[in-house]
Amino acid sequence: MIRVDLGRTLALAQKEAREYRRTPFIVGAMVVLPFFFLVEPMLTIFVVPASEPARVVDKTVGAIFLLMLVVPTVIPATVAAYSVVGERQQGTLEPLLITPVRREEILLGKALSAVVPSVAIAYLLFALVEICAALFAANPHVSAILTEGPHILAEAIFAPLLAMWSIWVGTAVSTRSSDVRVAQQLGTLASLPPLAVTALVSFQVLPPVLGVAIGFAAGLLALDIGMWWVVSSMFDREQLVTGSRPAASSAAAPGPGEVRRIRA
Amino acid sequence: MSEHPSAAAVPTGSSGTGAGPALAVSHLTKRFGGRTAFEDVSFEVARGEVFGFLGPNGAGKTTTVRTLGTLISPTAGSAEVAGIPLTEANGERIRQRIAVMPENPGLYMRLTIRENLEFFARLYGLHDRGSRIHHALAAVGLVDRSDDLCGRLSKGLRQRVALARTLLNEPEVMFLDEPTSGLDPVAAREVHELIEALREREVTVFLTTHRLEEAERLCDRVAILNTRLRTVGRPQDLSGTLFRRSLAVETAAPLPDPASVFTSSAGVDGWAPDGAARYLLSVADPRAVAPGVVRALVRAGADVVSVSETRHSLEEVYLQLVDQDPEIRS
Repeated sequence: MIRVDLGRTLALAQKEAREYRRTPFIVGAMVVLPFFFLVEPMLTIFVVPASEPARVVDKTVGAIFLLMLVVPTVIPATVAAYSVVGERQQGTLEPLLITPVRREEILLGKALSAVVPSVAIAYLLFALVEICAALFAANPHVSAILTEGPHILAEAIFAPLLAMWSIWVGTAVSTRSSDVRVAQQLGTLASLPPLAVTALVSFQVLPPVLGVAIGFAAGLLALDIGMWWVVSSMFDREQLVTGSRPAASSAAAPGPGEVRRIRA
Repeated sequence: MSEHPSAAAVPTGSSGTGAGPALAVSHLTKRFGGRTAFEDVSFEVARGEVFGFLGPNGAGKTTTVRTLGTLISPTAGSAEVAGIPLTEANGERIRQRIAVMPENPGLYMRLTIRENLEFFARLYGLHDRGSRIHHALAAVGLVDRSDDLCGRLSKGLRQRVALARTLLNEPEVMFLDEPTSGLDPVAAREVHELIEALREREVTVFLTTHRLEEAERLCDRVAILNTRLRTVGRPQDLSGTLFRRSLAVETAAPLPDPASVFTSSAGVDGWAPDGAARYLLSVADPRAVAPGVVRALVRAGADVVSVSETRHSLEEVYLQLVDQDPEIRS
């Protein structure tokens, strides 16, 4: 059974958030990256003329939905990839692991600090696009598709699920990496596959119906849970500190006071 | 506010889980695949003792600290830390009662001193965090610098912050891994004063160090490790077990016939020249033999400059053991 002390988890999340705020490349990733993802939707909203055929508009709007989901996928991957390797690089991993904090608390604290701003930015961005589409879209079909209830719901559900996937993948890469940049590149790359399904839905290769959305959301949730277990098992104190897995104990039989393997 | 450490602010070791030793290690072994980090290590450390752990690079000192600190699991053997058996299930309980200061201070450079300590205090689940942090900062003389970013501190100040961090949870056992490494003499002396203060407050200190004079000055007992434990004992006793006791004699001029002078003195087992007018006498009891030696020198017409017992430093003990150790020599 997973035991989590909320106080310790929040302490970690707040510490992470504080560090992120003071780390220029993370602030840059959170502020600059979303700005670039706004360019295409805004062009579509303001520039696509009313005379544009619906078939063309559908594809353009599909790209907007996809772009909106790239934000909660890429930003947390960048942040999560830094989470463990960053601690290792500044020598704080050992002092952290020597405290009573449990590995689940470390993982959840770090995840919380990445998922909250990432999803908040994604929602903010999507809200901005929705408002602009509703008020200023030159092409009525653009406005109609973007403000459809099922699409908004899908964005709202997929964003946190994709963000969690990216965080666990990024953290997994981070536990095994010794270089921040390598971890971030690998983490970002590994976070992208679920977007492929999103792309199929966005471009209407898969029909954007409720059943597909629920199925995809359920699949993502299962992936998130599975990845949590993978990361949790990878987060071994000994391996994090020494880089090698503990060998089996040579003790013949367990008894009082006997040493056994110590896990986080 | 003073910039210097305050012994009065050093916390007392929290109440133990029993009257037994703070550390009891029995045949502990750690292997990484085919490589042995340390093997068959056994020792005990009493509560309130300052215990020095010496050894050359790669001897297994840091791995021992990490093992006792529950960061890595031993391959064989058993141990009790702060009265708690070293088992998987007890990892969290042990970590609650100990503190480890690694060689690298390990501070969050983008956080202030206070933010660093506040974070660790929360991980220990401390409720009176404000006063604990204040006392820890007072103990290392950093109350006035609490809002400074750690990234802007000198190495010495970072080391002091790391020490303050180890004081937060009032540990029963404190592991200090090379705490004065890279510090200037003044900063090192301040760390020494802090360790002295910890001893007065009955906090058990497990100190790994390369500075032999530091171990000799601070430690009640020392152990010398080179994968296996080579020796354990009080620094002053270790020289007695390794070296014969001797008297150093210095005269104003070389003796014309030193053999007749020294062999006529009762209690002198042997002698050897140690310079132009210096002699080393091998004796069983320096205090009992010295007056007879002085009388013999005077009878021989020598001008005696000094007669004193030769004391071997911990460094000589260490080097002697290292010299005898085939693993180190190879």
